Amino acid sequence: MSRAAITAQGLGKDYGRRTVVQSLDFDVRAGEVFGLLGPNGAGKTTTILMLMGLTEATRGEVRVLSEDPWRNPLAVKRQIGYMPDSVGFYDYLSARDNLRFTARLLGIPAAERDSRIEQALGRVALEDRIDQRVGTFSHGMRRRLGLAEILLKRAPIAILDEPTSGLDPQSTESFLRMIESLREDGTTILLSSHLLDQMQRICDRVALFNAGRIALMGPVRELARQVLGGCSHEIRVEADGADLHQALAAVPGVKSVRVDADGGYILQAEADVRAQAAQAAVLAGARLRGLAVSTPSLDRIYHHTFAEDPAS
Amino acid sequence: MNDHRIGSPWNGTGAVLSKELADHMGSARMRMLEWLVVLTAAAALYGAIQGIRQTTASDPFVFLRLFTDTRAPLPSFAALLGFLIPLVAIGLGFDAINGEYSRRTMSRLLSQPLYRDALLLGKFLAGLAALAICLTCLWLLVMGAGLILLGVPPSVEEVLRSLMFLLAALAYAGVWLAVALLCSVAFRSASTSALVALGLWLFCALLWPMLAPAIAQAIAPPDLATLLAGGVDMHTTAWQQALLHVSPTTLFNDTAITLLSPSTRTLGPVFLSQIQGALLGSPLPLSQSLAIIWPQFTGLIAAVVLLFTAGYVAFQRQEVRA
Repeated sequence: MSRAAITAQGLGKDYGRRTVVQSLDFDVRAGEVFGLLGPNGAGKTTTILMLMGLTEATRGEVRVLSEDPWRNPLAVKRQIGYMPDSVGFYDYLSARDNLRFTARLLGIPAAERDSRIEQALGRVALEDRIDQRVGTFSHGMRRRLGLAEILLKRAPIAILDEPTSGLDPQSTESFLRMIESLREDGTTILLSSHLLDQMQRICDRVALFNAGRIALMGPVRELARQVLGGCSHEIRVEADGADLHQALAAVPGVKSVRVDADGGYILQAEADVRAQAAQAAVLAGARLRGLAVSTPSLDRIYHHTFAEDPAS
Repeated sequence: MNDHRIGSPWNGTGAVLSKELADHMGSARMRMLEWLVVLTAAAALYGAIQGIRQTTASDPFVFLRLFTDTRAPLPSFAALLGFLIPLVAIGLGFDAINGEYSRRTMSRLLSQPLYRDALLLGKFLAGLAALAICLTCLWLLVMGAGLILLGVPPSVEEVLRSLMFLLAALAYAGVWLAVALLCSVAFRSASTSALVALGLWLFCALLWPMLAPAIAQAIAPPDLATLLAGGVDMHTTAWQQALLHVSPTTLFNDTAITLLSPSTRTLGPVFLSQIQGALLGSPLPLSQSLAIIWPQFTGLIAAVVLLFTAGYVAFQRQEVRA
């Protein structure tokens, strides 16, 4: 894979005697979506602030595109678009004027400002609200305006802190699509969230974070393999006409079989065994109606990981 | 390891300054304060002009009397400014920093390529520029009203003295703006910040002149024999003067009196040796008046620098989580 956009080695933060972030080692590769996932108060925001040079690390070091954020924060901030967990704007200004102020801070030439602002607001579907005061915006619209600010900046790295927190399902879906489109532009994305399942679908790799430390890190499928006894795939078989429990359990690679509330069989497997499961169902005399594969949920992996952790 | 940070601390100051200035000039709060100042100043000016018309036959500094003449129950224009400038300055600065936290804009703002230095300085300069615009407009209104209503043009020295007064008023405004900015850094709640700043202003304007003599007497008790003989104990007086000059209100009042009343020859107790050979009541040249108020004026500037630095240090130490 490509080079690291962000690297952290032994990164930690104490407030007095209280350790908020222990000693983090991770890297975010260029072009990937990396999720820093964990409950509220786990130290995610503090980690983000250290990455941006907004708070000084007590120990360890960070590099953002080879720059030290504490020593050269201006260069780092030019490379990062940041959306805080509760993104605020000047309510008495319009969306355009809020972004104009950002554009001035970024040093975007006056001749380019308005066109770039309109372009950015267009991408987050706020072009109709461009001259409306932000005070009239809903929570979801403010989030989209935050994303428009990142687009305006054209930064190679975007850091989104709890991007879908407080959004309704429809807004969440639309927001996740916008994040995906940001990834398609080649932007490296680091996001933090406590909403694990929402993040699962867009993250290439995740770091499971709790009590200021990273317990697990990697692609979700890989984590599932590590945590759930080698089960990286979850296969749902819908069939009728025969009891398939034993037949499916006998398929090589299947670790366990259970029946869900709708009568479907849920197979935990160490590989994609859909073909073998279909064959087993047909041979057992059942009529196969559906077959779907998925990765075990992050939520399940997280709870499995931290279930016996006294810090969690 | 070299901890020196790279990049100009002033990067972004201009953007912050212009945005904040536009916010100030367009805000309802500023308009309300402007009207308050203009209306009370107009009343004071009207009183002064009535007084000048009735009593003045020939006065080489008739224009300056627009600033200093009083007509009951209104105070003089200069005294009024001394009272209202802190109010306007506090009004502009009490929520400068904590407002960014309460709007949740601070971390987003500081994630842009600017240091906190630029944010604080930009906000301070914007407040100062707004005050400078207001005070200059007020000065122009006074001079214009004087021209129309008195029918005589001001002399060059009158213009220079009133301009110096304008500069002193701006320095005084800077002190209270820096106080408000410091409060806005120290207190997360805007209402607490406003109350503390207003409390400090009232303390300096009303309480300190009453407390300072008592404290001076406690530190340096006056000689009983001198008091019984009807004299003044110089040691106590020196302490009293020193303590009074801790307050920016006293510094500004001294400056205003000396600049606008050219006959003012001293700001402390007068000794016989000082008035030997002097023509009592005759005006001092501007350079001499400036020499008298130089410590007060530099004291105001020093207070601005100290208070701003205190706010700066406090702001640099804060955690940014909003």
